[in-house]
Amino acid sequence: MDDPYKTLGIARDAGAEEIRKAYRKLAKQFHPDLNPGNAKAEERFKAVAAANALLSDPVARGKFDRGEIDAEGHERHAQNSARGPSYREYAEAGPGHRYTWHEDDLSDLFGSVFGEGDGSGAKRPRRGHNEHYALAVEFLDAVNGAMPRLTLPDGRVLDVKIPPGTGDGQTLRLRGQGGRGINGGPNGDALIDIHVKPHPFFTRDGQDIHLNLPVSVSEAVLGGPVEVPTPRGRVRMQIPKHSDTGTKLRLRGRGVAAQGKHAAGDLYATLRVAVGQPDAALEEFLRGWKPDPAPDPRRTMETGT
Amino acid sequence: MSEEQMTITIDALITQVSGLQREDLEHWIANQWVRPEDAGSGGDYVFHAIDVARVRLIQELHHDLQINEDALPVVLSLLDQLYDQRRRLRALNDAIAAVAPEDVRRDLARHLAEHEK
Repeated sequence: MDDPYKTLGIARDAGAEEIRKAYRKLAKQFHPDLNPGNAKAEERFKAVAAANALLSDPVARGKFDRGEIDAEGHERHAQNSARGPSYREYAEAGPGHRYTWHEDDLSDLFGSVFGEGDGSGAKRPRRGHNEHYALAVEFLDAVNGAMPRLTLPDGRVLDVKIPPGTGDGQTLRLRGQGGRGINGGPNGDALIDIHVKPHPFFTRDGQDIHLNLPVSVSEAVLGGPVEVPTPRGRVRMQIPKHSDTGTKLRLRGRGVAAQGKHAAGDLYATLRVAVGQPDAALEEFLRGWKPDPAPDPRRTMETGT
Repeated sequence: MSEEQMTITIDALITQVSGLQREDLEHWIANQWVRPEDAGSGGDYVFHAIDVARVRLIQELHHDLQINEDALPVVLSLLDQLYDQRRRLRALNDAIAAVAPEDVRRDLARHLAEHEK
């Protein structure tokens, strides 16, 4: 192997970002699947990949710079461990038909080339096309699961099973609900991209649900039971005495519903003390209230001087 | 057909391809960029050697060459079309070698060489 710095065309003191850039540029040029059948490109790509593997590993790069290892040894190591046969070796051979783009049959094509289309491939069963749809889902339907009914452009009606815990951007696959198969072939699938709408007060973090829960001054100071909205109805929760804005309480198992391997998530309620409209008695009390030491809720704020 | 029969599971595949995220892979499968075999109703996928190589290819295109998710299907469809043509060309070569008499083959080669110029 040549000097990996020369292979990538960079200086010996090049930074990690420069190495990455040089590698990407050369890889785009010489990737074997972008240059099928070009043995020179493949050789170049192997050299570039090996040089990148060596130089982007700080430990190996240090050893190489100090002359403790040669590029050759590292290359052997990298190639043995990292790459199997390239995609091309399969795509150009028998298994490649699995990813065929065009539905034409070989005998059709060659039949037309030689002007004797025998039609033997014409009645071949073909799988229908996949069809893509987008579906906006209410926050709680995504969290708890739902089965909305979807009317497709062609008038077909589909019941889409949204499993509990479905996330924004997830794609659901309905097998056999896409384009019709041809000549008795199987139907394609319907692929449904899910967009989850935001909720007015719930937010989601993985399996957990968060919300800000307003409490009154007396509920915060004295504690007591309050009702908390959860994705599956209201639940009574005990507010501990001497709570404050920012106090976070957990309701176990009240987050995203359990589904398959995922256990149910938790609900986190972060308290927000809401003073509301004070009455004369509260004003009266606060005027006469002189705690010692006087609390300073802003003591942790920097003054900036 | 000489298709390799060795297959692996999705878990084995994720440990085998460095840097591969399960989430990404599931997304690629949902988009049909990778089409493993579906082993029964449990949603367990079975990956053939070509699927593994294709996952590695997509990983390289996406992470090393920074081809983003919007451009990936374009690149993949062009690659698939290219390989379709190359498989056809190879099949045509094989057919000619097997069927065409010596003099026809020589005429074909001469004709093609003239057109290259």
